Amino acid sequence: MGAGGLNTKGRHTQLGSGYLSCTSAFSGSPQPQPCHPNDILPLTLTSATQELFGCRCDEDVTGDNPYKILRKEDIVQDMRMRAAVSDFSPMKQLVLDYPEDELLLVYDRDFIYGSSFYLVLTADAKERHLKPVVALGVEVALEREPSEVFAAQKTSEPQPWISLGSEQEIEEESVTDSRPRLKYRISRVRREFGAPIFFSDRNAMETKDGFIECTPYQDKNFSLKQMERHTGVQTIPNLKSSSTQTQWTYPRSMCTQYEPREFSEEKKENCLQSEKLKNFVNSVASRFEIAIQQNEIMDVFFDDWKALSEEDSGYGRKADPHLKEYQSFTDLHFSKEKTISNINWHPTINGVIAVAVTERLSFEDRINGSTKLLLNPSLILFWSFSDPINPQLLLECPDDVFSFEFCPSDPNIIVGGCMNGQVVLWDISTHVEQLQGTRTSGGKNIAANTNALNETPVVRYCAVSGIENGHKAPITDIQWLPGTFEVSRMGVPMENKNGICVQIVTCAPDCCVMFWDIRAPRVLQTMADQRKQKVEEKPLENPHGVPNTFKHLDLTWKPLIRVSLPKIDTSGEYSPLKISLRDNTCDNHTGSNAGEYLPSLFLRKTRLQLVLSTTFCPQDGELVYTDWKLEKDNDSGRLFSAKPSHRFIIHDGQVNTVRRSPFFKDIILTVGGWTFAIWKEGVTNGPIIQSSCSQKKCTVGYWSQSRPAVLFIGKEDGNIDVWDLLEKTHEPSQTQNITATQITCIKPWIVSSKQHLLAVSDHLGTLHILEIPWTLRSPSSNEKLSMSKYFEKEVDRLVYFEKRREMRAKEKKDYEAEELRKKTPPVVQVLPLKKMREACNFHHRYT
Amino acid sequence: MAEVEETLKRIQTHKGVIGTIVVNAEGIPIRTTLDNSTTVQYTGLLHQLTMKARSTVRDIDPQNDLAFLRIRSKKHEIMVAPDKEYLLIVIQNPSE
Repeated sequence: MGAGGLNTKGRHTQLGSGYLSCTSAFSGSPQPQPCHPNDILPLTLTSATQELFGCRCDEDVTGDNPYKILRKEDIVQDMRMRAAVSDFSPMKQLVLDYPEDELLLVYDRDFIYGSSFYLVLTADAKERHLKPVVALGVEVALEREPSEVFAAQKTSEPQPWISLGSEQEIEEESVTDSRPRLKYRISRVRREFGAPIFFSDRNAMETKDGFIECTPYQDKNFSLKQMERHTGVQTIPNLKSSSTQTQWTYPRSMCTQYEPREFSEEKKENCLQSEKLKNFVNSVASRFEIAIQQNEIMDVFFDDWKALSEEDSGYGRKADPHLKEYQSFTDLHFSKEKTISNINWHPTINGVIAVAVTERLSFEDRINGSTKLLLNPSLILFWSFSDPINPQLLLECPDDVFSFEFCPSDPNIIVGGCMNGQVVLWDISTHVEQLQGTRTSGGKNIAANTNALNETPVVRYCAVSGIENGHKAPITDIQWLPGTFEVSRMGVPMENKNGICVQIVTCAPDCCVMFWDIRAPRVLQTMADQRKQKVEEKPLENPHGVPNTFKHLDLTWKPLIRVSLPKIDTSGEYSPLKISLRDNTCDNHTGSNAGEYLPSLFLRKTRLQLVLSTTFCPQDGELVYTDWKLEKDNDSGRLFSAKPSHRFIIHDGQVNTVRRSPFFKDIILTVGGWTFAIWKEGVTNGPIIQSSCSQKKCTVGYWSQSRPAVLFIGKEDGNIDVWDLLEKTHEPSQTQNITATQITCIKPWIVSSKQHLLAVSDHLGTLHILEIPWTLRSPSSNEKLSMSKYFEKEVDRLVYFEKRREMRAKEKKDYEAEELRKKTPPVVQVLPLKKMREACNFHHRYT
Repeated sequence: MAEVEETLKRIQTHKGVIGTIVVNAEGIPIRTTLDNSTTVQYTGLLHQLTMKARSTVRDIDPQNDLAFLRIRSKKHEIMVAPDKEYLLIVIQNPSE
């Protein structure tokens, strides 16, 4: 009966045209029955039924058109005809109950409800199906028009609520009274309200359950031991941080002044008187005496070995004691047929040396050749070691210069004395750089120099004294007064506070010694003169390129003081050749104490000590010593100089050198004739040392700059004698031939501690530079001391001899007196006479 | 007093002696033949040195004590004799 199996492949027939619904009964197939709404009934129709009702699958009803309207009557008839076979028989009653005449059969193509067809049971459902249908998530695609869809969604009709089981949950959650509520009523007597309360203690232990306690128990959770733990470990350096509060100190200038504690006089006296001091001194004095005497006897710390070796090393190291030729300068152009009269090293620039070149003519020849001489100007040549061929600078002189000097305080100023008696000044400050440059640059710049300057620059003199004011004879010696000295118009030596050399002293054989001042004369000028000068100065040009340093002196220079030295014994005056001044000033290095020093300085030295070598005829020379001071002659009011104190004639020729030793201020060397002599100031008996006569004439002499005992003597045969006074005094310690002609000038110079040079000029005009060997330049130990002792010994010798001389003279006198008396009749006794004679004999024999 | 003077003078007149100074325990000069600044300088320095020398000697051997101190320099020799309360300093130039 309607057991239409779920055979979709098969065709289903349908029965009648009614609306039927039947439940699908599945036999054996475990297919879950889908839920279906109540108003539809899934049903399976056999193919016979399907043909009968015209709802064959896929022919009459398709997926697109699954609706089939069946008439109720048809269905009923089918049911009558086929009764149990009819597919609609299970739902007979439903069909009969259906209100309407037509039932809807829907082809359920996809078996949504479990069967191939379902029957819609209610009219509403039918309406619903035919009209827009509620989407049940099914692919029941009804052909509807889009407008119907929209219209349907907008106006959704309220549907009856479908219970899905949620009301049961709500019911469970809601709280409802499960039983009727109980009511209680409690009452109490009114008077018991607000009654005082009395508390009393009650032991909790008395009654059972009087208290409830909560006993502590060990919670096992806390005694759990963690057996394993997973952590990371890292090693770090041990750090420790700590802090302090530091006190900030800021620098503050502070000073402490203290002075040593001293006792007052009384306290000192008290101490000295005390007994304790006496005991102390007595006990201690003996130790001192021993110690002091030990020292006096012998110096225990003196290293004999070392002292011995020093002398030996001198010989071992450099055996060659000769002066070695270092360089020689001669100029073919300028110094041909000329001789060099004077040499001077430049005081500041190393390696620059100046020579004065003069004509080698005698007086008559000069007069005869004077015209020729005028054409060749006299020159001072500057040589530099870097250029041996060309002189670096030429100084033009009005006439031959016999002596010239660099100013010690300003090496750019050179003063020279000419043959005609004029004093000349040069200022080479413009050429100094060139001179310095040639020295330092050496080889590199020589080419440049020769290209740039084809000729040597010539510097003209910037000031020259007036001819009538100067000397009347060739100036033979010219010197700068030391910078701390100055001589006033009155001839009183004074302190020169500037420290600059401003005064010059010259001497010439015209019996004059002149003092010159290079500062502008402070002459009172009238206004007219001043105006005139100003007018003149402006257009005045510098025709020769000469610096204007000494413009004020040019041609009008007059000596400050003119001094003539009267002779001691006879009348007349000395004609000086060379001067040596004693440098009496002491070191003024302590500038701060200058104020205190000054008065004492010049109080001590109010006199100028001069030693002059003079000549009174060309063949003889004498030495004059004077403590010079100008005096005022009371009668005429003129100033004249006092007579010199001493004079000596010991040299047989002109004394051409008077030089002080650089180590001893009072030792003077004089060279003249065939000998040289050494003098000491204050010893007026004679020279303390005098050399023996040499074969040749001695022309010049000079002290060694580094060794107190060494002198250099130049000879007229071109030899240089080196005398070492501590070695031998009867002959020179060595002789060396330098040149063939006479040596005219010697000047040593210390370049550095390793290099000492000796400049030697000869009569032919050649300048030789020699190097002084180690033996001659390094002093032996205690050389100065030995020399001073030697000089003292010599002085003692002189004194002794003097005394002896006196004694002898006295004895001689006595002897003569005695002889005289002998002629007269003797009155005296014989014995004393005999004794006297014996004494005289004795003396004669042994003196 | 005169004795003290005499002794000191005797020391002073030896050959080469430059000066003598008598100093008390605190280092204050009592008597000197040199000028003030030099005296003060010598006193100050030598006093300290003597104390140091004495403490050195006593450190080595506490029963010992410093008897005499001689300082030889290139130029001079300085001799110091210490005592409980005084110090005598003599400066001598030994050679020449």
